[in-house]
Amino acid sequence: MREELLHIIERNSRIALSELAIILGVTEEQVLNTLSELESEGIICGYHTLIDWEKTAVEKVTALIEVRVAPQRGQGFDSIAERIYKYPEVNSVFLISGGFDLMVTLEGKTLKEVAGFVSDKLSTLDSVLSTATHFILKKYKDHGTILEKKQEDKREKISP
Amino acid sequence: MRDPLSGTIRNIAPSGIRKFFDLVAEMPDAISLGVGEPDFDTPWHVRDEGIYALEKGRTFYTANAGLKELRQEIAAYLKRRQNLTYDPIKEVLVTVGGSEAIDLAMRAMLDAGDEVLIPEPSYVSYVPCAILAGGRPVSIPLQEKNSFRLTPEELEAHITDKTKLLVLPFPNNPTGAILEQKDLEAIAPIIQAHDLYVLSDEIYGELTYSGGRHISIAEQPGMQERTILINGFSKAYAMTGWRLGYACGPAEILSQMTKIHQFAIMCAPTTSQYAAVEAMKNGDQDVAQMRESYNQRRRFLLHELREMKLPVFEPLGAFYVFPNISGFGMGSTEFCEKLLQEEKVAVVPGNAFGDSGEGFVRISYAYSLEALKKALERIRRFLEKH
Repeated sequence: MREELLHIIERNSRIALSELAIILGVTEEQVLNTLSELESEGIICGYHTLIDWEKTAVEKVTALIEVRVAPQRGQGFDSIAERIYKYPEVNSVFLISGGFDLMVTLEGKTLKEVAGFVSDKLSTLDSVLSTATHFILKKYKDHGTILEKKQEDKREKISP
Repeated sequence: MRDPLSGTIRNIAPSGIRKFFDLVAEMPDAISLGVGEPDFDTPWHVRDEGIYALEKGRTFYTANAGLKELRQEIAAYLKRRQNLTYDPIKEVLVTVGGSEAIDLAMRAMLDAGDEVLIPEPSYVSYVPCAILAGGRPVSIPLQEKNSFRLTPEELEAHITDKTKLLVLPFPNNPTGAILEQKDLEAIAPIIQAHDLYVLSDEIYGELTYSGGRHISIAEQPGMQERTILINGFSKAYAMTGWRLGYACGPAEILSQMTKIHQFAIMCAPTTSQYAAVEAMKNGDQDVAQMRESYNQRRRFLLHELREMKLPVFEPLGAFYVFPNISGFGMGSTEFCEKLLQEEKVAVVPGNAFGDSGEGFVRISYAYSLEALKKALERIRRFLEKH
């Protein structure tokens, strides 16, 4: 039941407890217990909302930054990653295989603000060797959800 | 002018579902729970293989029986899922949907006057296909009290000297009924004692919710040699429009089915066959995910209908529930027409699937939970009024 529950709330975290119980074929109490287990085990890390900020009046830019770093003895990439993820404007930090080491996503109000963060804060960290910043121009799909198109039912209304 | 039509075709009643379809078509804002196909798109990697086949110019006929690679994949699938062994060269035929396979099997096996047992309610094409093949369809009306499973007594009671073929449409459209090991064990000896053949339509075989996997009649001892197993890609892989199914069975019968297929069809669509190879190779996960979604909707729909005090047995297969509406003082057709006119919700009258479906309606749950909720609200309002 744990995995099935995770599949459902990954797509819709606002689904009612009573409905979860019905579609999983268990009691509400069982759902609640499983949820709190998953939370305390750190498997469920939060319940967020997917927002297409483009459609609002709020100005926002998102940047993807490739960072090459020199790993530190005894700590690998963990301590430099921590230095970076502690900045509140940093959205995500992933350790990546391939041509660079850390992938950092960042949100700022303007291009200037993001550029300022990269040149003043990120590049000046001792173990950061180089950065490459990419600005996101348009989001088509995010967290498995297609942002632009509304899906319509293309089927015939009745079929045997 | 002389009558352009054959007596045979004049005597076949038009599909009951057609009339209702025309009614719904006039009502563009109706919400439909009347669809007999998945709401999911074909998984992208499968579509991608189809596109790739076109790009590569794989646009020619395949072998009559289908791409060898696909037949091998089908044989491997049946081995993996049901531990059934079929020779991909002589015992597997790729068809244009499961429907073609039904037609071919009847035409290959029936002589004039041979009786075909058809448990009902069931899919609309068995009766006309039997008639077109010169056979005589004999309905076995199934009972709600048996969860619409075929019992040995019901089977025995309909067998005559002329009976040759038994259609086994499980998991069932429209009832959602399945047959489990104990049910199959009970009927297999009767089939053998009367020397019958079986057309086992297992198109919904991947969609069962009993906890265990779907079991075929062909898995029972001594039954594979008298069973034509029919399945396809439409329901399991959400590939209805690709028109691809298959039949497996004894080489003697399959070779004759292939002969008819060769003259009538040539081969199943080539693009679809390449896509289907990908579906069989890498599609197990997609099937599992869709099954999980259907099962959630099934539980939800069942719960809501029971809350409305609508009597409904628990279906364990396909993607339909089949509630009993006989307590409302209306026939199935009248119930569906009124529901459509008053609340603009389309469900299919049970009698479209045989007389024994009278008093029931088929509700499909091949819809998102949101769509189901919206429709159920209207159904609730309707039931409160009547």
